[in-house]
Amino acid sequence: MLQGWVIVLASFLYLGVLFGIAWYADHRADHGRSLIANPVVYALSLGVYCTTWTFYGSVGRAAANGIGFLPIYLGPTLLFALAGFILYRMIRVAKSNRITSIADLVASRYGKSQLLGGLVTVIAVVGVIPYIALQLKAVSNSFTILSSYPDIVMPASAGAVPLFQDSALYVAMILAAFTILFGTRHLDATERHEGMVAAIAVESIVKLVAFLAVGAFVVWGLHGGVADIFARAAEVPEVARRLTRADTSAAYGSWGTLIFLSLFAALLLPRQFQIAVVENVDVKHLNRAVWMFPLYLFLINLFVLPVALAGLLHFPAGTVDADTFVLTLPMAHQQEGLALFVFIGGLSAATGMVIVETIALSTMVCNDLVMPLLLRLRWLGLAEKADLSGLLLEIRRWAIAVILGLGYLYFRVAGEAYALVSIGLISFAAVAQFAPVVIGGLFWKGGTRDGAVAGLVAGFVLWAYTLLLPSFAKSGWLPEGFIAHGLFGIELLRPQQLLGLTGLDEITHCLVWSLLANLGAYVGVSLLRVPNAREARQASLFVGGTDLAGHTAWGGSAGVADLLPLAARFLGRERAEEGFLRHARSRSLKSVDELPGDARLANFAETLLAGAIGSASARAMVASVVSEEPLGLDEVMNILDEASQVRAYSRELEQKSQELTRATAELRQANERLRELDRMKDDFISTVTHELRTPLTSIRAFSEMLHEDPKIDLAQRTRFLAIIVSETVRLSRLINQILDLAKLESGRAEWTVAAVDVGEVIREAADSLTALFAEKRVALDMDDLHPGLTVMADRDRLMQVMVNLLSNALKFVPADSGRVRVGAEGTASEVRVRVWDNGPGIHAADHEVIFDKFRQGSGGTDVLTDKPQGTGLGLPISRQIIEYFHGRLWVESTSGAGACFVFTLPRQAGDNNKLATAERESQRGGPAAGAALSDSGGKHNGVRGGSQ
Amino acid sequence: MSHRILVVDDEPNIVISLEFLLKKEGYVVAVAGDGEAALQQAGQFLPDLVLLDVMMPKKSGFEVCETLRANPALAGVKIVMLTARGRETEVTKGLALGADAYITKPFSTKELVARIKALLG
Repeated sequence: MLQGWVIVLASFLYLGVLFGIAWYADHRADHGRSLIANPVVYALSLGVYCTTWTFYGSVGRAAANGIGFLPIYLGPTLLFALAGFILYRMIRVAKSNRITSIADLVASRYGKSQLLGGLVTVIAVVGVIPYIALQLKAVSNSFTILSSYPDIVMPASAGAVPLFQDSALYVAMILAAFTILFGTRHLDATERHEGMVAAIAVESIVKLVAFLAVGAFVVWGLHGGVADIFARAAEVPEVARRLTRADTSAAYGSWGTLIFLSLFAALLLPRQFQIAVVENVDVKHLNRAVWMFPLYLFLINLFVLPVALAGLLHFPAGTVDADTFVLTLPMAHQQEGLALFVFIGGLSAATGMVIVETIALSTMVCNDLVMPLLLRLRWLGLAEKADLSGLLLEIRRWAIAVILGLGYLYFRVAGEAYALVSIGLISFAAVAQFAPVVIGGLFWKGGTRDGAVAGLVAGFVLWAYTLLLPSFAKSGWLPEGFIAHGLFGIELLRPQQLLGLTGLDEITHCLVWSLLANLGAYVGVSLLRVPNAREARQASLFVGGTDLAGHTAWGGSAGVADLLPLAARFLGRERAEEGFLRHARSRSLKSVDELPGDARLANFAETLLAGAIGSASARAMVASVVSEEPLGLDEVMNILDEASQVRAYSRELEQKSQELTRATAELRQANERLRELDRMKDDFISTVTHELRTPLTSIRAFSEMLHEDPKIDLAQRTRFLAIIVSETVRLSRLINQILDLAKLESGRAEWTVAAVDVGEVIREAADSLTALFAEKRVALDMDDLHPGLTVMADRDRLMQVMVNLLSNALKFVPADSGRVRVGAEGTASEVRVRVWDNGPGIHAADHEVIFDKFRQGSGGTDVLTDKPQGTGLGLPISRQIIEYFHGRLWVESTSGAGACFVFTLPRQAGDNNKLATAERESQRGGPAAGAALSDSGGKHNGVRGGSQ
Repeated sequence: MSHRILVVDDEPNIVISLEFLLKKEGYVVAVAGDGEAALQQAGQFLPDLVLLDVMMPKKSGFEVCETLRANPALAGVKIVMLTARGRETEVTKGLALGADAYITKPFSTKELVARIKALLG
């Protein structure tokens, strides 16, 4: 039934399906519809952690140690559940620095050291090859066992089979071909392989389902449930012993060691780093993985113990290797379909591990080991070649073949020395050496390249001495005495009791020594000096926090061809070329093209750029051209383009918001002012309304009474009509004055400007009021008025002011005893006119109030005992007129001691200086400056707006 | 018995017209030219109704109104405010201070008389 060809055919069919899935996922990715951009796929692909070591080995370990198989899965569970932040930081750093492997990560962190990259690669290859050997062994063994169905025959030891009859060789070759097909079909700049990840996720499902199927078959097919198995196991002392293990302190110690080891393995194994970090599509997928991956581990371990116990119960002690129980139990019960499925599950576990591990290792070998070496060999001329991608693919393909070849070799030579679990642990201990430099590098800024090299070398040497070499010795490569008596027979150097340390299992012993030396050397050597600029820069990129390192001179160099486009990107073509030309001239060169690509040029470019984008950005920009950076030039440009745009934008925004604040303040002020004006306008209108309604009230009342009662006697009738007439006059005057004031205030008044003799105006005004003064028997005295008190003004308007002041004075002085005096004097610059009276005077507080419209010095202040007659507009109008001619009008008075109204007008030289005066008028914007020259006479009899 | 009315206004011509109008209607009329005089007159004359101008020197119509209302001797006196400012706020203020009516200038003599009659019942 299960002939060899059936198994081979099934295997190839399965691999074909996987390849189809990978091809489809790649195809989808090329069209921008990623199949793996999904947190579930991410969590499933992490299942690559579970290799044949899990699939077959867990049962074997459980058969030997009971629950001793568990720590290998508790470590990763703890890592994902509790230390997700380490992974998170790692993914973030790897994405922003375009890290492609664990070697790349370490090299980049410590100043892009090629030495470190190479060192990590070597440790990874040496450490992981036994692990690959383990997969080959598992596949080949399971094939051999399955193909001898229905008999259950344990395979012969590897070395015993002739080379070309060894199925493991063919497995290795097939896997190499398959991996090359998967991983190196084309060169991807990001080192991401979407197709591979999709296939790995499917394999994770297949191996899980296969294992669960076996578990279910064993538990419910062969037995009456889990309880039944445990009950039967408890009856057999040999088997029951497995359930009560860990009776020594060392056993507990090794639990801790294994948890610790597997925790780091899940983080640092090249395949884990590849899947968890490099192939991660979105860092958010981690949120799902932190519980899904532990759940996966839980499920795949669910039936380990029942299967192990069932196997122990079923097969006589020693006849069947416990590592094969998963396969041999279904076979023993003639479940050939299930057995084939289990084989495919094991194949999934093996191929998944081998594919991802070798791809990751081949990338490291190619990028961090082979290429740096080839590029140094100048005679190859590689550095000048434009396209190296073909060569890179070749190198990777060879690397894959060589790694699998080495894996086979290890399997052939040393594979039989240990059970599966032990081989896996050797690998785990090797990659654990990366822990200090990786985790330290992510969280500690003080680490240096020298410290990292020292730590890795120390750890690696001790790992090799205490774990790898003894495994060789046990395989017979080295004399047995090496383990028993130490190197050169020195007891202290016994590899598994180094310096006399005993009481630990070999893994714990190795870890204690290697990590102690590793960590000590890393920290100790790092502390010997402060990180240099490169290391500090990388440290800040990885650890974050402080700004980029300070300015240092350029060690590397770059040519005009690189630097000019870079500068042009930020400064614009013209400015950049202009700057470079200036630099060329300063070096006595004719053109930009002659500039040598030296450090001076790089420094110049940096300075030029710093002006535009700041010094830190400029350094990073130039660094991307000058030295080898993990980031592509285009990407750096994009990032910084964006940054500079954002910065410019935010500066602009800030400016705009400042302007806005200013404008808002101005607007608020304007609004306040408008509101004040509005209130004043309201008040004015309300006052005007009052003033107009008052005479109207009398007029209406008397008119109505006269109209309705024709029998009113004549004397009354005459009296009422006289009141109506006077109120009408008052109303007209009021309206005229309001219109006059409105004209003055709005600037629409007409002015007839000419040379005016002030003395003449005073006399004329006094003359026009003689009758009124006589009526009240008030004396009007006039000082001697010197002739030639000439000003440039509107004669009629000046007359209006004079009449207003005189009639105001007359209004407030008492009848009979009242006295009013007028005087005028001239200085070189102005003419000053005074009008005194011996009236009640004006309270100091009202000196300005009386010039307000409708205020009359009585408004709310009660200065005057009687409400004065008049409109309350005379003084405001007078002041408007005087101020129009740049003069001033004010009052000097104390309450009870009369008042003196004074006005000044700027003086002019006289009639003979008309031209200069006219000029001055026009400069001042006097609307009738021109007319003044032709109309010096004016209508001097028009007395308007007296307040009486 | 005819009702007594006190006319208070600082505009003499308005006082003259109101005095004549109301006397013709058969009321006993007294006059005052400002707020202080009005309060003095009110104490002696004990009017049934006061016609009160708002805008006056010394004491405004509002103040006079308030004082009159605070005087128990004058309880029940009707107060009619007269104003040339027709603002809503002033009407409200006057009524709030206890005025019975509010009449804006210029007024219809017929209406004024009708209001007074209505108030005096």
